[in-house]
Amino acid sequence: MKALKYLTIAATANLCLLPALADEGAIPLSLKGHKFAPAEIHVKANVPNVIVLSNADDTAEEFDSTSLKVEKVVASHSSGNVRLRPLAPGRYPFMGEYHADTAQGVVIAE
Amino acid sequence: MLASLLIVFREVIEAGLIIGIVLAATRSVAGRGFWVGLGIAGGIAGACIVAAFAEQLAGLFQGSGQELFNAAILSIAVLMLAWHNVWMAGHGKQMANEMRQMGAEVSLGQKTLTALAVVVGVAVLREGSEVVLFLYGIAAQGGQSTASLLAGGALGLLAGASVSALMYFGLLTIPARRMFSVTSGLITLLAGGMASQAVLFLQQGGYFEFMTSTLWETSWLLPESGIVGRMLHTLIGYTDAPNGAQLVVYILTLVTIRLLMRLVHGRKSLPDALVSSTS
Repeated sequence: MKALKYLTIAATANLCLLPALADEGAIPLSLKGHKFAPAEIHVKANVPNVIVLSNADDTAEEFDSTSLKVEKVVASHSSGNVRLRPLAPGRYPFMGEYHADTAQGVVIAE
Repeated sequence: MLASLLIVFREVIEAGLIIGIVLAATRSVAGRGFWVGLGIAGGIAGACIVAAFAEQLAGLFQGSGQELFNAAILSIAVLMLAWHNVWMAGHGKQMANEMRQMGAEVSLGQKTLTALAVVVGVAVLREGSEVVLFLYGIAAQGGQSTASLLAGGALGLLAGASVSALMYFGLLTIPARRMFSVTSGLITLLAGGMASQAVLFLQQGGYFEFMTSTLWETSWLLPESGIVGRMLHTLIGYTDAPNGAQLVVYILTLVTIRLLMRLVHGRKSLPDALVSSTS
């Protein structure tokens, strides 16, 4: 429930901040047991996107991707917005840096 | 253990390089150990506070608190680096003369040492808060592997400190008369890289959203995820996919610092010339 609350707040905040993104909508991503779900995220290429990462684990995690140019710490049982620049079509792997052996995922822009 | 060693090493390498440059830039300056030490200690304390309040910090400014915070402390570091360089451009010559005559440590203005201590503090704080969160996570999970993971973390720290030492001793091999131009050049590039990193954080936070499209990709040649790419990222602000705003701010920072240095240096060199012609 807490995660849902944060998700709603985050999504609302998004709409206020970035009206241009309102019609695109935020992409939900969850982290549980140090695994991302979904591990494969499909986004539209060449437009900005926002992922809302909710961390259901008891430890903090850093969403880290050198190809996406994002480093974002999300505290335990909390959520955070990960803004993606307009991406050229392709695969952009990301990981949870603190648990890189299991926390792996990929953004596919098409 | 190897995994945690690598993670901690990757995080401390940036702070390590910056501390190495600061130590080299303040060679033969009295009291630098104290100020650099203070910067490190302050950075570690700050890192623990930031890690402890990560959730609250992230919640500020409609969820962009973390990005704004990072951009703000990077901007402070850029200002401090610029200020140090400009101050040195004005006083460096006088200091070098003093050093030659006295053959001893000179007292650099306390102000510029404070500025560099802030830079060290910011570097340690940024990387440190991630290390703290990571190590805290390990400790919180418990289990048999905790000790070995923590040992890996300690080794990673040690490796980061070695990078710092390598940078420092490497720079010390440069002849003393060249030292100022080399360190001021390094510091200018460091500032440019930090400024463009600050732009990226602002963009991630949803601010400063113009010229965001990627200009070029060089990840096929030198990926930023590799160790060389990462070090160049810290040292000269290398990025394998820069966007327009980043490039503009990077160039603006370099040009502004160099112009200010030249301006201050030109103003100071006039009385210097008079003094030398009359003596």
